[in-house]
Amino acid sequence: MGGIDLDLIAATAPFLWDGLCTSFQLLLLAMAGGISLGAILAVVRIAGPKPLAALAATYVNGLRSIPLIMVILWFYLLMPLATGRPIGAFTSALVAFTIFEAAYYSEIIRAGIQSVSKQQLAAATASGLSQLQAYRFVVLPQAFRKMTPILLSQSIALFQDTSLVYVVGLRDFMTAVSVTANREGHLVAFYLFAALVYFVLCCTGAQSVQLLKKSMVSQ
Amino acid sequence: MTIPLRLDSRKAARSEPDLVQRPVAIAIDHVSKKYGDLDVLKDCSMTVRRAEVVVVCGPSGSGKSTLLKCVNGLEGFQAGAITVAGTSVGDRRTDLTKLRSQIGMVFQHFELYPHLTVLQNITLAPIRVLGRAKSEAIDKAMSLLRRVGLADKAGCYPGQLSGGQQQRAAIARALAMDPIAMLFDEPTSALDPETISEVLDVMTELARDGMTMMVVTHEMGFARHVADRVVFMDGGCILEEAPAEAFFAQPSTERARSFLSKILRQQ
Amino acid sequence: MIYHWDWSVPISAPYLGWLMSGLAWTLLVAGAAWVIAFVLGAAIGILRTLPHRGARMIGAVYVTVFRSVPLLLQLFLWYFVVPELLPASVAHWIKRDLPLPEYWTSVIGLGLFTAARIAEQFRAGIQAVGRGQSMAAAASGLTLLQSYRYVLLPVAARYVLPPLTSEFLNVVKNSSLALTIGLLELTGQSRQIEGVTFHGIEAFTAATLIYVALTLTAIAAMRAIERVVAIPGLMARV
Repeated sequence: MGGIDLDLIAATAPFLWDGLCTSFQLLLLAMAGGISLGAILAVVRIAGPKPLAALAATYVNGLRSIPLIMVILWFYLLMPLATGRPIGAFTSALVAFTIFEAAYYSEIIRAGIQSVSKQQLAAATASGLSQLQAYRFVVLPQAFRKMTPILLSQSIALFQDTSLVYVVGLRDFMTAVSVTANREGHLVAFYLFAALVYFVLCCTGAQSVQLLKKSMVSQ
Repeated sequence: MTIPLRLDSRKAARSEPDLVQRPVAIAIDHVSKKYGDLDVLKDCSMTVRRAEVVVVCGPSGSGKSTLLKCVNGLEGFQAGAITVAGTSVGDRRTDLTKLRSQIGMVFQHFELYPHLTVLQNITLAPIRVLGRAKSEAIDKAMSLLRRVGLADKAGCYPGQLSGGQQQRAAIARALAMDPIAMLFDEPTSALDPETISEVLDVMTELARDGMTMMVVTHEMGFARHVADRVVFMDGGCILEEAPAEAFFAQPSTERARSFLSKILRQQ
Repeated sequence: MIYHWDWSVPISAPYLGWLMSGLAWTLLVAGAAWVIAFVLGAAIGILRTLPHRGARMIGAVYVTVFRSVPLLLQLFLWYFVVPELLPASVAHWIKRDLPLPEYWTSVIGLGLFTAARIAEQFRAGIQAVGRGQSMAAAASGLTLLQSYRYVLLPVAARYVLPPLTSEFLNVVKNSSLALTIGLLELTGQSRQIEGVTFHGIEAFTAATLIYVALTLTAIAAMRAIERVVAIPGLMARV
């Protein structure tokens, strides 16, 4: 009992590695989709016509009030019904994450844009730039600087959240570990190993974000 | 220049020889301080005698605020000694909390407690630190508020007052502890020009009543008319220490001269 | 695919009862975990602002560890791993005699996880009060304990209220992870209804609406508290 059995983990490594790759695929695709959709939502909320802005706000606040697991289950249920054919757990999870994380990303992007003072916009338009140019050359570059570290931190949280695909049986790293642990009958060793892997990855990620933050401040 | 001329009257009462006789309240003796490799204070020595007003001036970053904060142990130092009323500040065995309760301090940004009314701000330390009865603390606070002209603001929160009113309340808060000396850290730097004089008036009043004061400030009018002596600092060193008249009439170092001419032109 | 709608499912027996029982468990897990998270989180947040390097280190290590492992895995560690690592007698008690092991594991796991997040909010809140305020408190002779008790914490508490609202909502939402170790809270019950009746959309809709209602209630309650404790003249600084 106890102790991390290295041979056992080595023997099951390919399976776990596949799981880890699935986790990273989910992370990167959901990040790309979530940030894109989030940016659109943020812009609509700040500059869009009133009804559209209200709709975007409802989307963001609505999704932020339900658990991610619920959202994953929803899409696992709805996607096959909507498309009329069975759809993989990966696709439904990816859509769920994209839709869900977009709500969180959009809040970060919105806060980033709003943190650039109104005077900056005024100064830019006063110097003859059009509204669009003022956003393009003055407001957004500053906002982007402020929000990048926070977007990355949110993505580390997203990486941890990908473990929740466990509830629909998608073989990400977490599920792969759980399956292996139960098959081999070594829960302690495998779960501790998984904790170590997540810890190292997330710590490294967080440290890198810190370094990035520092280098951005010192520039 | 915002200082009314009537401030002159204060110094007529005392003369140089009289001051030298007084016991030393604050003695700063060869104090040096580093932040890492950076020398913040280099071999600084000065004294403040009882009932004396000493203004410390100098360009920003000269170390004057740091030196002031060393006096009540808010900042530590690596070499030298500071004694306040015979107690060594740097000594590990010194009860810093007790020492600080005897020294009043006024900050650049007032630092009134935002969640407490003006009255509660003033009575907090007397009740919690000195163990005074609440009614006694309130009576004293009210008389101090009358003294600084804020009796009608006792129930207000700091956020509802102007900067000048906040700083006067902060002075009352410091006085409520019956301090043996008062430290002022650029008390008017954060104020709107029109409220500076109301704070300086209170400080002048305090000086006239014989309070021992060490004042870091750029208000040269106050220094000239109220201070007994002026200490000039630059680059962490005390470059000059002279009676106020002498300092303004004829600064002995080139750096003090250029500092004075610049700052007087601005004011 | 043809879906047979039946909106009476979530409001008819026994399923309405299931949902209500799920809601009750969600509230019980979230409530108890919140107590742990708040008390421990506040303590660790304070540790991280103390002038002692050792205290700050302990706080930093706690926060780093609990924030770097997914909550789901943390629950599994508490449920499957920790009992195995404890002395035999304690492990025996947990496995044999501890009532409601799924419940207590969820509470502990979620509480300790959330404490790390709340600690960060408290640290930020205390630091937002500012070094000047702690200097002023020290200069007037208040001890470190007194300056936290009378100056730093009362102001910091008001700063952390809005972020604590979202942390509370996070606890409610994250309590859904308890279903992974077999506790049938709200999400778990709705999935169970789906499994039995194949009316997933209706069941999920009911659960989703309950979560939204919980969120709106919590937000309204916190806004009311914020109004009561607001400091006159300070709103501009927040």
